[in-house]
Amino acid sequence: MIAVCRTDEIATGESVKFDADVPIAVFNADGEFYAVDDTCSHQDASLSDGFLEGCYVECPLHAALFDLRTGMPSCLPAKRPIRTHMVSVEDGWIYVNVAGQSEEVA
Amino acid sequence: MDTIAVVGASLAGFSTAQQLRAIGFDGRLVLIGSEAQLPYDRPPLSKGFLTGELTADDLPLAEQTDFDELAAEWELGRTAVALRPEQAAVELDDGRTIEADGVVVATGASPRSLPGTEGIAGIHLLRSLADAERLRADLSTGSPRVAIIGAGFIGAEVAASCRTLGLDTTLIDTTELPLAGLLGDEFAGVCARMHTEHGVQLRYGAKVSELRTDGSRVTGVALSTGELIDADVVLVGIGVAPNIDWLAGSGLALGDGVLCDSGCVTSNPAVVAVGDVANVYRPDRGTRARTEHWTSATQQAATAAGNLLLSNTTQEVQSVPYFWSDQHGVRIQFAGTPQPADEITVVDGAVDDRRFVANYVRDGQLVAVLALNNPRAFARARRAIGRPAVAA
Repeated sequence: MIAVCRTDEIATGESVKFDADVPIAVFNADGEFYAVDDTCSHQDASLSDGFLEGCYVECPLHAALFDLRTGMPSCLPAKRPIRTHMVSVEDGWIYVNVAGQSEEVA
Repeated sequence: MDTIAVVGASLAGFSTAQQLRAIGFDGRLVLIGSEAQLPYDRPPLSKGFLTGELTADDLPLAEQTDFDELAAEWELGRTAVALRPEQAAVELDDGRTIEADGVVVATGASPRSLPGTEGIAGIHLLRSLADAERLRADLSTGSPRVAIIGAGFIGAEVAASCRTLGLDTTLIDTTELPLAGLLGDEFAGVCARMHTEHGVQLRYGAKVSELRTDGSRVTGVALSTGELIDADVVLVGIGVAPNIDWLAGSGLALGDGVLCDSGCVTSNPAVVAVGDVANVYRPDRGTRARTEHWTSATQQAATAAGNLLLSNTTQEVQSVPYFWSDQHGVRIQFAGTPQPADEITVVDGAVDDRRFVANYVRDGQLVAVLALNNPRAFARARRAIGRPAVAA
């Protein structure tokens, strides 16, 4: 678990980026926090720079939408999904459990 | 419809094939591509691929599983030489004919070359992975001096990549201020200054009078101003011509590309055209336009696939033209259809910081948006194109 920042440090529609094994972006989608790998699966754009629409983030380069809940790109050309990471909020802090680094996550 | 032949297996053709499957076409799907590779992404060829940041393994447009799921027959390294639309049959360069009920024309465009430059070592065009591999090999042999003819996006990006590689780089263009017609003088000037700040030698307002050679290899570029630019490598980036020669005699209406209605349907309802080769009617402008942008290709693909299966134009291409370019560490993004008289206002950030969004307003309406290094504000502003402009 990584303590990322306080909840009030990410305004609605905004994001922060931190470095784990790879850069990870945390989004505030209307009060719900989601964490995904920051690099879009087209490899040349940072999703934390992307525009947030509901729980979709738009890749800032190709305008493809990624579902923050599943990591799946919603439009063509299909590429692999981005990794999603479990987020928990405790005492006003945002914690991210980086996928693949935890024993519970395959 | 039993068989659809997609002629051209790059972004536009592959996207259309995927869309056809996504909306339920389960017949025979044949993709014909003149290059040996499965579909790959071209934009990195002038950038990360040249600087060595990316390799060919980074470029495929999809995972192998996506290619497999398409359940298509791939005719790679094959060129279509004719279309017989009365039977919707595509003739290949090996003499075979693919009989189809529907055809997707996605043959793209080819870079224009300078006359008399064929076979001279060191002179390059850039479109395909093979082109980029040849250029990269030349750029990494010793420390060549590079001259780039044409300061459009390909030329500008290659110039920036050459500076990243530390090479002596000269960018030549016939116009006094490239991109001024699109971005306006102020921001075209910003782009020019980015080049000079990063050590690109600019020769704007100069025509090429002659390419000098030692008989087999290029040695320099002589300009109309009398100056001689010594060069070991020359990239020619003076635009592209749509690949329509193979369609002579097809009965399709041709002009600057394949002429289409607003839904990418050609003069033959069993044939659609997508991507750089498609000259699509734009109801908002009352004219046709060929759009050589990445996102246009994928958006046209969705529209064209639906219209082809229904043999009727039930959907129109709705997209606002959008492109991006990465130069000297700055991401340039532009959307919309500007005109020289548009009023341009910086609405977010500052020009001197190379991080801003600028609105292009005509008759009170937002018609285009430019951003440097400001992708999120750009994405927001892009959605507002066509709406009344909000005061800054």
